[in-house]
Amino acid sequence: MEIPKIVGAGLVVIGAGIGIGRIGGSAMDAIARQPEATGKIQTAMLIAAALIEGIGFAALFAVN
Amino acid sequence: MVILHKPLKLIIAILIAFLPTFGFSNTPIDAAQSTTETAVVTNKTEAKPTDEKLEVKAKILEVIGHHVLDGHDFSLFEYEGEHVGFSLPIILWDNGVHFFSSSKFNHGESVAESNGNFYVLHHEKIYKTDASGTLTGEEHHPTNLQPVDLSITKGVLTIMIVALLMFFLFTSLAKSYAKNGGISSGFGRLFEPIVIYIRDEIAIPNIGEKNYKKYMSYLLTIFFFVWFLNIFGLTPLGINVTGNIAITFGLAVITFVITNLTANKNYWGHIFWMPGVPLPMKIILAPIELLGVIIKPFSLMIRLYANIFAGHIVLMSLIGLMFIFKSWLGSSLSFMLSFAISTIEILVALLQAYIFTMLSALYFGSAVEEHHHEEAH
Repeated sequence: MEIPKIVGAGLVVIGAGIGIGRIGGSAMDAIARQPEATGKIQTAMLIAAALIEGIGFAALFAVN
Repeated sequence: MVILHKPLKLIIAILIAFLPTFGFSNTPIDAAQSTTETAVVTNKTEAKPTDEKLEVKAKILEVIGHHVLDGHDFSLFEYEGEHVGFSLPIILWDNGVHFFSSSKFNHGESVAESNGNFYVLHHEKIYKTDASGTLTGEEHHPTNLQPVDLSITKGVLTIMIVALLMFFLFTSLAKSYAKNGGISSGFGRLFEPIVIYIRDEIAIPNIGEKNYKKYMSYLLTIFFFVWFLNIFGLTPLGINVTGNIAITFGLAVITFVITNLTANKNYWGHIFWMPGVPLPMKIILAPIELLGVIIKPFSLMIRLYANIFAGHIVLMSLIGLMFIFKSWLGSSLSFMLSFAISTIEILVALLQAYIFTMLSALYFGSAVEEHHHEEAH
């Protein structure tokens, strides 16, 4: 497995990690502001996280 | 603690062992064999890892391959060299239908004969050969002719079982409403809130009150089908259906076909001639939107496939790690880590089913959207 592929895969994972981390952080802030909206916020957070993970996996799939 | 002498080499060897993770559904075994061979060559020139460590790794790769790839017989486990399981029917179309049991292949060792033609099983692919089973071409890429393979494989059998399970589950749930005066009874009661959730939170917000009923049956089917198959994949029986790109391709194609066949003029208008933007933008947007029509179901396929397949590979590699660390500390840590990861995988099973259903509903909603009048700025 060549070095550019490994570096590329690593960058993809960093990108996905940062993206999902930011979403998680915003979700935490939102839940702290309005605890009664926790259900809706959780649902939206999971949807956004799954979409970002989809891009991450698609990129890893393309790298290999 | 032999392992800790060269931790970096161990990490690199495990990373190389992870190579089959993102290959195509049926070729990882070939990649795995060649990489373990190159690992042996490079390691011998520098350090001296024990041969049994590499043998354990090769054995782990074989077990992972058996668990994750589709197979022509349903072998549950190996007990003292004997495969325990049952064989499935092979159905080939090669100028005439050939129908025989996969026990004739004897796990890839013998040549099967059927109506005068000889077939051999090589890396779970069927090739047509002569009586002695010669395979022309290179070691892992035979160039023999391949008949059209319509066999009932492990995956096909699992799909049939899940379909029967869903059928009996939901028809008995539906019948129980009549018998019990409008309230469901029995084990199926568990699924009523889920069905209501799919209707109220996935179908109606995305598709709208007017047309959601047309799509409800497909959305419900997809949700429970994907969920049950994901859960089945987590059992140690080695059935991995949604982690097979052909299956997710089929599901994505059905979503694609339904979206485009039930679309109204507004949908196609938005793709080819986006209303409300200046003319140069319209011309630029048209090919991008057209590409989007293909890419959206494509991403559905990749998302489900990669999540489930990668989850299985990671989980089983961690379980294999237990056998590489032959110490109390290493093995128990790997065990706890693999237990935590399997809990996450159960969540991922439900989540991926939900995401697939929700995105399908979103695409259906965009297909039947009514025209919104432009608001004045």
